[in-house]
Amino acid sequence: MKKTDTTYSRRSFLKVSSLSGGGLMLGISWLASAKPEATLAALNIEPTWQELTSYIKITPENVIKIFSPNPEFGQNVMTSLPMLIAEELDVDFKSIVVEQASYNPALFSRQFTGGSQSIRSAWKLLRTAGASARQMILTAASQAWNVPVSELTTSKGRVKHAASGKSASYGSFSTAASKLPVPKDIVLKANKGFRLLGTPQKNVEGPKIVHGQPLFGMDYKEAGMLIAMTERPPAFGMRLKSFDATAAKKMPGIVDVFTIQVYEPTQKLAMFDTRSFNEVIAVVGKTTWDVMNARKKLNVVWENAPDTKEIMNNRETIVPAGLESTSKHYADMLAMDKKPGRVERKDGEPEKAFEAAKHVIERTYTAPFLAHNIMEPTNTFAHFQGNKVRFVAPIQGPDFIANTIAMRLGIPKENIEIQLARMGGGFGRRAYGHYMVEAALISKQANAPIKLVYSREDDVSGGIYRPTYQLTYRAAFDENKRLTAMHIKGGGIPESPLHANRFPAGALDNYLAESWFIPSNITVGAFRAPRSNFNAAAEQSFLDEVSEYMGKDPIAFRLELLQRAKDNPVGKNNDYDASRYMGVLELVRDKSGWGKPENANKKRGVSAYFCHNSYAAQVIDLRVKDGQVIVDHVTSAVDCGVVVNPEGAKNMAEGAAIDGIGNALFGNLSFTDGRTDQKNFDTYRMIRHNEAPKKIDVHFVANETDPTGLGEPPFPPIFGAMANALYKATGKRLYKQPFGNQIG
Amino acid sequence: MIKKFTLRINKKSQTVEADENMPLLWVLRDVLDLKGTKYGCGVGSCGACTVHLNGIAVRSCQLPISALANQNITTIEGLAEKGDHPVQKAWLDVDVAQCGYCQSGQIMSAAALLKSNPHPSEVDIDNFMSGNICRCGTYTRIKKAIQQAASK
Repeated sequence: MKKTDTTYSRRSFLKVSSLSGGGLMLGISWLASAKPEATLAALNIEPTWQELTSYIKITPENVIKIFSPNPEFGQNVMTSLPMLIAEELDVDFKSIVVEQASYNPALFSRQFTGGSQSIRSAWKLLRTAGASARQMILTAASQAWNVPVSELTTSKGRVKHAASGKSASYGSFSTAASKLPVPKDIVLKANKGFRLLGTPQKNVEGPKIVHGQPLFGMDYKEAGMLIAMTERPPAFGMRLKSFDATAAKKMPGIVDVFTIQVYEPTQKLAMFDTRSFNEVIAVVGKTTWDVMNARKKLNVVWENAPDTKEIMNNRETIVPAGLESTSKHYADMLAMDKKPGRVERKDGEPEKAFEAAKHVIERTYTAPFLAHNIMEPTNTFAHFQGNKVRFVAPIQGPDFIANTIAMRLGIPKENIEIQLARMGGGFGRRAYGHYMVEAALISKQANAPIKLVYSREDDVSGGIYRPTYQLTYRAAFDENKRLTAMHIKGGGIPESPLHANRFPAGALDNYLAESWFIPSNITVGAFRAPRSNFNAAAEQSFLDEVSEYMGKDPIAFRLELLQRAKDNPVGKNNDYDASRYMGVLELVRDKSGWGKPENANKKRGVSAYFCHNSYAAQVIDLRVKDGQVIVDHVTSAVDCGVVVNPEGAKNMAEGAAIDGIGNALFGNLSFTDGRTDQKNFDTYRMIRHNEAPKKIDVHFVANETDPTGLGEPPFPPIFGAMANALYKATGKRLYKQPFGNQIG
Repeated sequence: MIKKFTLRINKKSQTVEADENMPLLWVLRDVLDLKGTKYGCGVGSCGACTVHLNGIAVRSCQLPISALANQNITTIEGLAEKGDHPVQKAWLDVDVAQCGYCQSGQIMSAAALLKSNPHPSEVDIDNFMSGNICRCGTYTRIKKAIQQAASK
C-alpha cells in the first residue's frame, strides 16, 4: 500500500450527498485530470480546481453502480474505467452495474474520447474514488461495531471483522458512510496488490450488443420526434444559391423544409468546430425513408463559393475558392517539395553532410485523403425548447461543442443537456460536433424534437477527412555505407504531418526537418493517430530501405539507432523514450522468431512507432497470390504501461492491425472538381473478412509504468510493416498509398 | 403509394401502413421500433442491416415492404427467444465487439451461415461473411466465434 501523490490527495476533495432513500453517492472532484502529472508538478502553484467526477452509488441492498464518465466508441472504457474504481473499492466486478454518465461539466472533467488519453488521465483519479468510498465504508463499520478500522478487512463488497466473526455488506453501511467527512489521505494499492486490474474482463455492454438493444444515437426515439436530414453542396468549393422546395414539401410525411446557417459568419471557431458547409437545407419529416425521398425532389441551384474568411482558434484564415482535384493535389505537393520548406529542426550540419555524401537515397511517399467511415453514420437527437436544448448524442467531445452550441444558439452553457449515446465508431470523426449545432438549429426552427441523420453518402462526401500527405526522406552515406545525415521534408493538404522531434531525430548527428502545407477548402480532422498514421508508413519504409542498403538487419539497425538515442541523444526535444522503443522491437523480434532459420523464407516486414505516449511494433507475414495479398500472421508488441483489461486491450490492438492493413491496401478518397469520387461502400473499399489476417498475436511489455495510450499507438506502424512485407513478397518498393492496386 | 401490409416478424403478425417501396430496414427501425437492425449504407454493401428472410440472410435495406407479405422475417431481436442462440453466446465468450454497431448484422449472417453449413471451413466463413463490414477490425474474433459456435 502506498499513499497517493500529495498533489492529488491534498488538493482533491470529495463531495458526498445522500441519495433519496438512503445510500452513498460519492462524487470525486479534481483538477482537470486531462493534465498529466508532469504538467501539474511543473505548474508548482496551487492550481485552480476544476471538477471531475465519477459516481459510485451503493444502495442499502448492496447494489453497487459505477458511472463511466467518458464517451464510449468501442475502445471499451465502459469496462476499463469502472475496473479502476472497482479495484480499490474492492467489489466483485461481475456484480456491479455500470452506467454511462451524461455530460456534466460540473461533476466530471475531461469527458473526452480522443488522443488515447482516457485511461491515462483516469488512472489515479478513479482509483482514488474507489479507495475513498471504501475508506468511508470502513469508518462507518468501525463506528457501528465499535472496533478499530485497522481490524477490519474488505472482500467483494463486504466488510469483515475477523476477531468477532462479524461480516456485513457495504450497503448496510452506505447511509452512515455518506454522512462522514471525506478522508484526506487516500491510500492506493501498489500495483502488485491488484486483484482485478490486469485480469481479462469482458465488455460490460456485450450482452446488450449481441441482443440488438438500442444503444446508439441512431436508435434513439421519443414521442413526437421527427427525422431531419440536410442537403449540402455537391462539391467542396460550392455553396447554396437558391432552392425551390415546393415539390419536396408535397412528398408524404414531410413536415418542413428550410435552410440553416451552421455558424454565424463572424462566429469565432475553436479547434473542433470544423464543418464542411455553412448553409445547408434541412428536410424534416416523419420517417427516414420519407425524408430521403423528399430530398430527391428538391430543386437546388448551387454556385461556386468565393474565398471565405474564417476565424479559427483566434486566427483569421482564408478558405480558398476553387473546385479541387486529386491529380492536381499530387502535382502541387510534388512542386512544394522542390521549394524550401519551413525549418522545424536542424541538428549538426546536414547540408555539408549531403554535399560530402558518396551516396544519397531519396524517396517520396504519399497518401490520399481518408474518410472515417464510422459504421454508424453521423446523427444526433436534439430538442430545443425555450432557451434550453437537450441532446442524445454520439459525441467524442461534448464539452468542446457545448461551448459552440451555447454561442451559436445564444443560450447559457448550463442549459445544454447531453446524454452520451454509445458511438458506432468514432476514430476522430465524432470529435467534430457540428452536427449537434445543426440539429439544435433544426429543432428550434421546426419547433419539435428531431433526430438528425446523415446518409452514408452524406457521411463519406461530407468532409473532415484524414488529410492527403507527402513526405520526402533523404539519407546521406559515406564511402563505407555509413549513414551520415537524414533530411525529412513533408507537407500536406491542408496541413503538414511532420513530427520534427520524433525518431530518428535524436539518433543522428546531422538531421534536418522541414515542413510546408497547401491551403484547401476540403475540411480535415483527426483520424486515428493523426499525422502518425502516415509518418509511420513513410519513416518505417525508408528505414527499411536504408538498412537494406547498409546491409543490416532491419530490427538490428533500428535498435542501433535507438541505442545511440538512448546513450547519447542528439538535441534536447526528442519526444520519445528510446528504452521503451527498443523494448517493443525486442519483444516483437523474439515473439515473431525474427531472424530464426525456420522463418528465413517468410515474406515478412517489420515496423515500429511511438505516438500518444505508447510504443508499438509489428511483424507481418504475407503472401501474394493471383494479385491478392494474403496476410498470414501479424505479431504485435505494445508498450502502453500497465494493461488494465488485457481482453479489451488485445481486441483493440488486433483491430488496429486489421484497420491499418485495410487502410494501407485500400483506403482512398479522391476528388474530381471538388466532388468525392467515392460516396458509399460500393466505391469506397473497406477491408473485409476474407482480407483480414489469418492470425494476430498481441504481446504487451510487462512493466509498472502508469498506463499511457492504447487506442491509437498500434495503428500507425502496421502501414510500414505492410510496405516492407510487400517489398519482400513482390520485390517492389511501394511509395504511394493505397498499395492494393499496385500489386500483381 | 401508402398501403397496408401484414408482415410476419419474429413469429408475430404485424400490420403496417407504409409506402410500398419503403425498405424493410426502415419499416423495422422507424415504424416498428425494432432498432437492432442497423442502417450502414442503404445500398446492400455493408451488411449492417442483415435479417433472415425464411431463414436466409438478406440485406433489409434492399427489400421493399411490398415484397414481404407472408414471408417469415427474423431480426436480431427474434434470433433466439431467450437471446441465447449459440452464435450470440459465442460472441460473448470470445468478447467480439468493439463499437458493436455492425455486430447485429454480423451475428445474423453468422447464424444463417451455420444453419445452411453447420461446419464451415475457414474459406466458407470468409466467403459468407465478406458482405459484412466492421471498421473496428473484429474479423478475427468473429471467425473464432463462428468456429466456436459451430463446434457446439
